[in-house]
Amino acid sequence: MESFWARFALRLWVVLILLFLFLPLVLIPLYAFNSSNIESWPLAGLTTKWFATTWNDPDVQTGFALSLRAGLTATALALVLGSCAAFAIHRMTFFGRDVVSLLFVLPLALPGIVTGLALNSFFHFTGISLSIWTIVVGHTTFCIVIVYNNVLARLRRTQGSLIEAAMDLGANAFQTFRDVTLPLIGTAIVSGAMLAFALSFDEVIVTTFTAGAQNTLPMWIFGAIRLGQKLPEVNVVVSFVILVTIIPVVIAARLTGGSGIARTTGAR
Amino acid sequence: MLAPPLGWFVLIYMASLALLLVTAFWQINFFTTQIEQVWNLDNFRTIVSDPTYRIIIGRTVALAATVTITDAVIAFPFAYYMARVASRRIQTLLFAAVLLPLWASYIARIYSWILILNHSGVLNWSLQSLNLPPADIGYTNVAMWIVFSYIWLPFMIIPTYAAMERLPESLMEAAADLGARRWRAVRDIVLPLALPGVVAGSIFTFSLTLGDYITPILVGGESSGWRSLGLGTGSTFIGNVVYSNVGIANNVPFAAALTMIPVAIMTLYLLGAKRLGAFEAL
Repeated sequence: MESFWARFALRLWVVLILLFLFLPLVLIPLYAFNSSNIESWPLAGLTTKWFATTWNDPDVQTGFALSLRAGLTATALALVLGSCAAFAIHRMTFFGRDVVSLLFVLPLALPGIVTGLALNSFFHFTGISLSIWTIVVGHTTFCIVIVYNNVLARLRRTQGSLIEAAMDLGANAFQTFRDVTLPLIGTAIVSGAMLAFALSFDEVIVTTFTAGAQNTLPMWIFGAIRLGQKLPEVNVVVSFVILVTIIPVVIAARLTGGSGIARTTGAR
Repeated sequence: MLAPPLGWFVLIYMASLALLLVTAFWQINFFTTQIEQVWNLDNFRTIVSDPTYRIIIGRTVALAATVTITDAVIAFPFAYYMARVASRRIQTLLFAAVLLPLWASYIARIYSWILILNHSGVLNWSLQSLNLPPADIGYTNVAMWIVFSYIWLPFMIIPTYAAMERLPESLMEAAADLGARRWRAVRDIVLPLALPGVVAGSIFTFSLTLGDYITPILVGGESSGWRSLGLGTGSTFIGNVVYSNVGIANNVPFAAALTMIPVAIMTLYLLGAKRLGAFEAL
């Protein structure tokens, strides 16, 4: 056992690091109510006027619409492709299985700038002009990995005997899938989709290289911070993005008992 | 069932990565700004021979190493508390608490530090309240060091915690029975056995810092004295050079050659990490 003082010091350290992790995130929503358009602390006063300004900003509107469309499309594609990959890798024991599973985690293991620039070169070389569809291709590529990891982890913990029992009792492949497999892995698929959407909605590193003239919401934020323009609106939009990315993750964590959001295979 | 996802990865993703490698050996026509598919080593020659790029690469690697060490030092006691001291319930709560910021918007987490570190931000205000001189570390290398250490910290905590959790309590008891004090047991048993976890975490902290361009652009800037972190006054890193070569200079072949630097460094790093058993700790 640790001595009293060792435990005290460790506990203090944990509290300090938790404050370090969370205080910055709490700060932005406070600034969203700042009555001044100058970003200084303490806040000059409180107001809700920036919410209306932001809501009516056409650039924010188009950015949000693009992020939402790209995110939903990429999530849908990743859901199908990622689940297929997980089922195939789980079931089969074929030559080169390790190579294929390494391939599927590459988009998260390589720095985002490599993936982004590679896709950018690919689109230029093949003559595909940059649009929402090239954004979707980029997002789908790393979203597949999220769904794949989630579904594969659940399949590995699921007992194969349940599926075999259903087959033995005369269920055909479709009935087995619908009545046994799907209920067993359903929450893993849903949580994978939630996480994929959260990652897509917030992605900026790969997106910058795959987007055409239109900005996604994170790209709009990046541009505004960089130029120091519309910062009161940035506070509102960033607070909103924090909510949109955290809510699906909390739901996913509940669905998988916390294990599903581990993401130890990297960021992007 | 493997065909659609594998097709996607091979036909789009692997093809893109292969093309990136090939593009690095092409060049740009400076008059037409079109890519010329002429094979040559000029891009790599420039990177190796021009001292500017050597300085930038050295600075980026030094920053990535500093961030990695910082995160390891912060994460070790934290992970130790999670794995060896906290109750089961607290353990689960801390696990979720560490992962949540990782998923909360990446750009939001960078932006929050601009609000904290800028001239009239929370940090200078706090120091002033304590009658201390302002730190004024906004837009410096120190700011980048703080922000990188902040955004990648969860990647270090989780594998370190996982490695420590696997360590059987009986080893610690045996050490105690043999007369080792607790700190000695931590140094001689926990530290070496948790090392693969720390190395696994360092793969992310190191690799992600090497390739990032958003943080240098948003929180970096010309800095001198202690605010430069001893990395020189310049504020360019591999990431921003790649970014500006794509956006402004439109020299994609040179950008492609430059991204091969972090890829090469990471390949060497991964080979080393594999020898230390870090892959089992992932």
